[in-house]
Amino acid sequence: MSAPLLSISGLTRRFGGLVAVDGVALEVRPGEIVGLLGPNGSGKTTVLNLISGALKSDGGSIQLRGRALEKLPAYRIAREGVARTFQLVRVLGSMTCKENVIAGLAFGPKSRWGEEASLAAHQLLVRVGLASRANVMTSELTYIDQKRLELARALAMQPELLLLDEWLAGLNPTELRDGIELIRSLRAEGRTILMVEHVMDAIRSLCDRCYVMNAGRKIAEGTPKDVLADPEVIRAYLGDADA
Amino acid sequence: MSARNLVIVLALAGLVALLALVPSVANGYQLSLAINIMNYTVLATAWTLFSGPTRYVSLATVAFFGIGAYTVAVLGEVLAWPLVLLIAFVIGFMLSLLVGLSTLRLSGVYFVIFTFGLAELVRQLVTWYEVNVTRTLGRYVFVDITTEQIYWQLLALAVAVFISGWLIQRSKLGLALRVIGDDEAVARHVGINTTMAKVVLFAFSASFMTLAGAVMAPRWTYIDPAIAFNPVVSFQVLIMALLGGVHRLYGPVFGVIPLALLFEFLLAKFPNHFSIMVGIAFLLIVYAIPRGIVGLIEGAQLSLHRLKGAKA
Ligand SMILES: Nc1ncnc2c1ncn2[C@@H]1O[C@H](COP(=O)(O)OP(=O)(O)O)[C@@H](O)[C@H]1O
Ligand SMILES: [Mg+2]
Repeated sequence: MSAPLLSISGLTRRFGGLVAVDGVALEVRPGEIVGLLGPNGSGKTTVLNLISGALKSDGGSIQLRGRALEKLPAYRIAREGVARTFQLVRVLGSMTCKENVIAGLAFGPKSRWGEEASLAAHQLLVRVGLASRANVMTSELTYIDQKRLELARALAMQPELLLLDEWLAGLNPTELRDGIELIRSLRAEGRTILMVEHVMDAIRSLCDRCYVMNAGRKIAEGTPKDVLADPEVIRAYLGDADA
Repeated sequence: MSARNLVIVLALAGLVALLALVPSVANGYQLSLAINIMNYTVLATAWTLFSGPTRYVSLATVAFFGIGAYTVAVLGEVLAWPLVLLIAFVIGFMLSLLVGLSTLRLSGVYFVIFTFGLAELVRQLVTWYEVNVTRTLGRYVFVDITTEQIYWQLLALAVAVFISGWLIQRSKLGLALRVIGDDEAVARHVGINTTMAKVVLFAFSASFMTLAGAVMAPRWTYIDPAIAFNPVVSFQVLIMALLGGVHRLYGPVFGVIPLALLFEFLLAKFPNHFSIMVGIAFLLIVYAIPRGIVGLIEGAQLSLHRLKGAKA
């Protein structure tokens, strides 16, 4: 078994009295697609925010290839090779699609600029199915296209680890099929992905392993089939029967 | 360079040459108006250099402008003129780096208030120093600079601001600032050192403001802290930039020219209510034309374009 790309232990984050992430440990190995599951409010987005440096942790360690990330500012973590999308999609509103992707190309460790960036941006837009919209302002995009664009921007950074936060949420069945295919194609090229997801079909067909959280704590881990059959996971999703 | 770009460059060079001839045709009053316009062009464009893309509203303009003027008042007689300007530039740059590093983590309204406070603080410090150490509040500015020379220096400064702005816009730094202006969280997550980018640009912008103050100082012959650090200047620069439009480098010019004339008129007609008039102008502009004159023009062009498209 290869050494983990990402390894997290004892990760903790409080918001006032609420412990949103409570001693979470997880690992992602190179080339894996790992799912992060759990009911709303269980702390999944917070975990991604801690990994990407959007939030600082109150304890625990986060290592990428053995390098500690937890003390670094977000821009350094991005340069170390972590890219992400946001649960509430965030595109750059005053720019064209192409410029959005160039924003992902220009500042990373493998920074590209000028003609080279222009070419790479075009290829990435083709990749996510936005080739015809290169010079359209992002404000004119549909929701799914904004999500595609956000993914292209993240891929532009050639990340070692890609964090997706409910990237497939809110898509209609056709779009969902396309979306799942797109992520599958990322696996084919060897990308490592940690994805927060609710769509069961996507989890079953994409994830090698899953972690399940509830109320800030990890309650299960294993293959999608196993964790989705775990009684504690079912109880967490359906609510406590005794309550 | 494409033919179109060549034409633009030649036209701009021609415009600068024409502007350089203004002192030879203008009378005293007209030249002083031209100097006023040129000074505000430098200040408002330098302001937009930073505040346009980042959307950080700074009211520190006059802090840097006043420091430039004071550098001249203190050193103007002792050192050669280019050296005085260089020193003003260095002081402005260092101070703005310091201010930038300590404040650009603030966001929104906190930054506005801090920059306003900074200008007042600098004014109070200078006042304190003059009263307690030199024991005279005002200073005379004796340097061998003619009014024409002031105008030409401001013109050169304006050209330098525009060229720097144009170069920055085409650079990675320019893109970084636009990303920051759109969404600072995204900026950090694509690997932009947002603090560094903002500080560098803030320092650039402030250095130009400092130089403008230095170049303008000989206009006054006598300065004291209330003149050099007059907060109305910061507000005027802000209003001019907003009226012109801050999403284009050349936008502020469209605000500077009408407002410099308007303020000149108001100052002559209502000397005692000038600040209130400036405030009213500010409110009207922000409510009526939030994207500035350049935004209006571009909007009109777009509608016209669509209209033509619909007919065709
Ligand atoms: N910035 C924040 N400030 C305060 N509370 C927060 C913040 N972010 C998340 N929380 C709280 O932390 C808990 C976990 O949230 P989150 O990580 O978004 O859950 P999930 O993504 O699993 O739905 C929730 O109770 C949420 O209200
Ligand atoms: Mg979430």
